[in-house]
Amino acid sequence: MTNTVSVTRKTLRRLSLTMAASALALAAVAPAQAAENGKFRLGIVTFLSGGAAGPFGVPSANAAKVVIDQLNAGALPAPYASKGINGAEIEMVLIDENGGATKQVEEFRNLVQRQKVDAVVGYISSGDCLAVSPVAEELGALTVFYDCGTSRLFVENKAPKFVFRTGLDAAVDNIGAARYLAATRPDITRYAGVQQNYSWGQDSWADFTAAMKQTLPKAEAVESQMPKLFQGQYGAEISAVSVKRPQIVHSSLWGGDMEALVLQASARGLLDDATAILTCGESALERYQGQAPNGTIVGARGPFGAFAPQNALNTWFTGVYQNAYQMAPTYPASKMAQAILGLKHAAEKAAKAPGEIPAPAAIAAAFKGTSFESVSGTVQMSRADGHQALQGISYGEYHYDAKTKKAELKNVKSFSGTCVTPPDGTEAQDWIKAGFPGAKCE
Amino acid sequence: MNSIYAVLIDGTIYASWLFLVAAGLTVIYGVMRILNMAHGSFYAIGAYAAASMVGWYFNGEGAALPVWGSYLMLVVCALVAGLVVGLVIERGLLRLMYGRDEILMVIITYALLLILEDGMKMVWGVDPYMAFQPYAEMGRSVLGGLKVSNYDLALIAVSLVVGGGLWAWLERTNTGKVLRAVIHDREVAMAMGVNVGLMFTLTFVLGTTLGALAGALTAPAISVAPGLGVEVIVLAFAVVVVGGLGSIEGAAAGALLVGLARAAAVHYAPELELFVIYGVMSLVLAVRPQGLFGRTLVRKI
Amino acid sequence: MMRLDRTELCLIAAAVVLAAGGLIAPGWLVFLLTMAFAKALVVQGVVMQMRAGLVSFGQGLFYCVGGYAVGMGGQFFGLTDLAVLLSAGVLAAMLLAMVLGLLLTRYRDIFFAMLSLAFSMILFGVLVKSPQLGSTDGFNVVSWTLFGWSPAKETAPMALLTVTLVAGLAVALLLHRYVQAGVGVLCEAVRENEVRVEYLGLSPRWLLYSNYVAAAAVSALGGGLTALAAGHIDPEMAYWTTSGEFVFIALLGGTGHVAAPFLAALVFAVVRTYAIEFVPHSWQMILGFTLLGVIVFLPKGLWSLFSRAKAKGAAAS
Repeated sequence: MTNTVSVTRKTLRRLSLTMAASALALAAVAPAQAAENGKFRLGIVTFLSGGAAGPFGVPSANAAKVVIDQLNAGALPAPYASKGINGAEIEMVLIDENGGATKQVEEFRNLVQRQKVDAVVGYISSGDCLAVSPVAEELGALTVFYDCGTSRLFVENKAPKFVFRTGLDAAVDNIGAARYLAATRPDITRYAGVQQNYSWGQDSWADFTAAMKQTLPKAEAVESQMPKLFQGQYGAEISAVSVKRPQIVHSSLWGGDMEALVLQASARGLLDDATAILTCGESALERYQGQAPNGTIVGARGPFGAFAPQNALNTWFTGVYQNAYQMAPTYPASKMAQAILGLKHAAEKAAKAPGEIPAPAAIAAAFKGTSFESVSGTVQMSRADGHQALQGISYGEYHYDAKTKKAELKNVKSFSGTCVTPPDGTEAQDWIKAGFPGAKCE
Repeated sequence: MNSIYAVLIDGTIYASWLFLVAAGLTVIYGVMRILNMAHGSFYAIGAYAAASMVGWYFNGEGAALPVWGSYLMLVVCALVAGLVVGLVIERGLLRLMYGRDEILMVIITYALLLILEDGMKMVWGVDPYMAFQPYAEMGRSVLGGLKVSNYDLALIAVSLVVGGGLWAWLERTNTGKVLRAVIHDREVAMAMGVNVGLMFTLTFVLGTTLGALAGALTAPAISVAPGLGVEVIVLAFAVVVVGGLGSIEGAAAGALLVGLARAAAVHYAPELELFVIYGVMSLVLAVRPQGLFGRTLVRKI
Repeated sequence: MMRLDRTELCLIAAAVVLAAGGLIAPGWLVFLLTMAFAKALVVQGVVMQMRAGLVSFGQGLFYCVGGYAVGMGGQFFGLTDLAVLLSAGVLAAMLLAMVLGLLLTRYRDIFFAMLSLAFSMILFGVLVKSPQLGSTDGFNVVSWTLFGWSPAKETAPMALLTVTLVAGLAVALLLHRYVQAGVGVLCEAVRENEVRVEYLGLSPRWLLYSNYVAAAAVSALGGGLTALAAGHIDPEMAYWTTSGEFVFIALLGGTGHVAAPFLAALVFAVVRTYAIEFVPHSWQMILGFTLLGVIVFLPKGLWSLFSRAKAKGAAAS
C-alpha cells in the first residue's frame, strides 16, 4: 500500500515538474522571437482553411505578401515610395483565422504578447472582429480590420482607441444594392432573397428589405430562404423561390455557396425570369465563365476589385498581383492592400525620425480621422469617431463574351459614401427606417 | 397544391443525393463496425478528383471533345479515387487497428479527417473548382410547371441503381452471403473459414468508392471548395442513424424521410429548416432507439 | 477536518506551483493556461462518461450553456459577480441535463454519441436563429467582479487564472473521491458489463443518469470560465466540432487519472498554438498525426507515460 502511494506521489511530482518545465520552456522560447530587431512586425490574420479561404482568405494573404514584398523593396508609387514602414523592414506573421472566435482571441493574445507584433491587420468573420476588438483595446494593440462588415463593431466598442476598420460596414452593401435597383429598375414589384442562415445573411436581408421599403416602396418581398452555411445544394430553395415568381433575387451568399447557387439557379431557369443581385458577386467575376446570365448584378463591398478606380496605386497593385498570381486581384485582395497602406500612412505620419517604429498609441492618434490614398481612391477615416473608413459603393452588371472568354462590367453605378453610410451615432437600421436623413447623393 | 408537388420532387432529389452519400457509410459500419468520420473526406476527394479532371477535359483540349466523355470521366474518377484512397487507408492504417474499441475507431477516423482535410488542401489548393459542363449540358425539363434540372433527375436513377445493386449483391451473390455472415457474427464466420480480413478490405474499398462516387456526381452541381467534406458528415450520420446503422434499406428509408422533411420545411416553414434533420433524428430514435431498420443486439452476460 | 491522501496533496501542490508560476509568466501564457484548464473541466465531463462507457459527442451543449449563462447574466440581467454567474451556468446545465438525461440514458454506444450530438446541434440552431443573442456572431461578456471586488485590467487575467485553478482543483479533488467511492467504481462496472450490475440489484440507468447530470455541471463550469476568459461567446461552442475537440483531448489524456485531462488540455493548447504559428496552412494535419500517434503508441493516453513509470517503480521496489 505504502508502495503505491509513494509511487503515485512520484508520478504526480513528475507531472507537476513536467508542467512547470513545459511552461518555462514556453516562456524561454518566446523572447527569442521578440521584435527587438528593428523590423516592423505585422500580424496578418485571415482564413487559410475552411470555406472562406478560397474566395477571401488566400487572395487576401497573397495580397499581403506581395504588398509587403514590394514595400520592403521600396517599389511603390508616391506617396508610399519609402521602404517598408517608415524605413523599417516589414516582417509578416501569418495566422489562420479558422476555428471560431474563442480561438481567435487566444491567437490574438499570442500575436501581441508572445510574437510582439507592432500591429495586426486582418479578420473577415464578424464574430472574430467583435471578440477581438475589446481584447485589442485591453492590450493596447493597434488593430486594423480590413473586411468584416458587422454594424455592431463600433456600436459595442463605443470609444475605440486602438481599433480601426478600413473596410465598409455591411449595411452599406445593402443600402447600395437597394439604391442601384431604384436607379436602374424602378418598376420592379416582386423580389425574393436567399441568404445563408447566420448573422451575415440575416443582417443583410434585414438591411436590404428595410432599404427597399424606402427606395422602392411598391416592391414586395415575396420569399425569403435561409439555407445553412456551406449547404451547397439549393434545389428546394430554388423551387420555393421560383414558385413565387420574383423579378429580383437578392443574395448575400459568398464563395463556393454563391457560385453553386448561381449555377443551379441558372440551370433551373430561375435566372431566366429573375435577375440576381449578388452583394459579394465580384469575387467570382473570373470564375463564372458565362454560368451567371448576362445582366446579373454584382457588387464588391465597396470600390474594390474590378470596381476600383483608375489611379497610379491601383495600376501598380493590379500589375504586381497579376505578375505574382496570374490573375486580377478580386475585392478581398484590394481591401487587404488598402488596410496595409492605411497602416503605413498612419505609422509614417506618427513617426518623428526615419527608421523609428512609433508606439501603437502614437500610430492610433495619427490614424484617427486621417485620410489616405489607396487602391480604391482616397479613403477618409471619418466615421465612428475617426476609426471607420467612409467610402462609396458600386454595383454593375456582369456580361460575358463567349468568344473572348472575358467578363466585363456594364451599367456601373457608384454611390458616394455619404449617400449610403449612416452618420455617426445613428445605427444603420434606424437610419434606413427614418428614410436616410442627411444622406448626400451625387 | 403546386407546393406539395414541388416538395415531392425536391424531396426525392435531395433524398437520392442523401442516399448516395450515406450508402458507403452504412456499408462500412454494417460489416466493420466502424463509424467512419472520414467518410465526408472521401466524398470531398471524389468531388475534387472529378471537378479537376472534368475541368481539364474541357479546358485542356478545347470544346471539340464530346460531352458524354465527361460523364464517363466522373465515374472513372470516383472509382480510381475511391480505390486508391480506400486501399491505402485500409491496408496502411486500419488493418493495424482491428479489434480495438468501437469508440476508438471513431476517433481514429476523426484523426484521418483532420489529416485528409489538410492533405486535400495541399493537392488541390483552396480555390474552388467548378465543373459545371456535365450539369449545364443536360438541360432541364418542366414537370407540372416546375423547372427541374435533368442532371438532378438522372441522380435519382443513379441512386436507384446503386441501391438496387448493393441490395442484389448482398442478397443474391455468394460474396454477399459471406458478408452477411460476417455482419451477423464475425467470430463464427471466421471459424467457418471466412477470410474476414479480405472481406474487410473489400468492404472498406467499396465504402470509400461509394463516398467518392457521391462526391464526383455532386461536383458538377456545386463549387468544390475546402470544408466540403465536413459539412456532409453529420448529414450522412443522421440519415444512417435514422435508418438503422448498417442497413441499406434503412439508409434509403432514412434518406427519403429526411429529404422529404427538409423539402417540406423549406417550402412551408423556412424558419425550421435548420432543425429538421436533428428533429427527425431525435423523434425516430425516441420511438425506435435502434433506428427504423436497425437490429436489436442480444445483451451478453 | 478531512484527511487528504497523497494524490490530493500533490494536486494541491501542483495548483499552487502553477498559480505561483502564473505570477512570473508572460500575459499570453497566463491566458493559455486559463483557457487550457477551463477546457480541461469540460473534458472532465467527457471523461466521467467515458469511464462509464459512454462517449458524448455533444458535451459542447453544456459548455455552451455554461458560457451563455455567464454572457447573458452580464448582458441582460446586470449580474457581474463571478461566483453568481458560474453557479447560474452550472445550475442551468444541471436542470437541462436532468431533462435530457431521462431520454439519453436509454441509449448506449454510437446511439448515445449521435443523440447527444443532435441535442447539441439543436441548441446551436436555436442560437443561430436568435438575433437578440447576436446569432452566429455571439456577443461580448462584461467584466466580472468577485464579492464586490472588481479587478483592474492588468490583474484580471491573473485573477481569473487563480479562480480557474481553484475551481479545477476543487473539481479534481471531488472527482478523485468520486472515482474511488462506490458510484465511481460502479460506473466502471457498467462499462464492463451492464447486465452484471443489474444482477447486483443496482440500476445502471440511475447510475448513468446521476453521472450524466454531474458531468454536465462540471462541463458548464468549464464553459463559464472559458467565456469569462475569452470575453466573448458564440454558438460555435455548441457546434459538433467543438465537442469533437473535447473527445480528442479526453483520449489524448486517457481516463487513467483525474489529472490526465488537465495535462492533455495543456499539451493540446501548446501543440495547437505552435502548429498554427509554424505551419499556418496545415495545423489540422499536425493535430491529426498527434492524435494518431497517441492512439497507436499510447493507447491509454498520455497518462500512461506516468503509469508506466509507476509500474516500473513498483516492480523495482
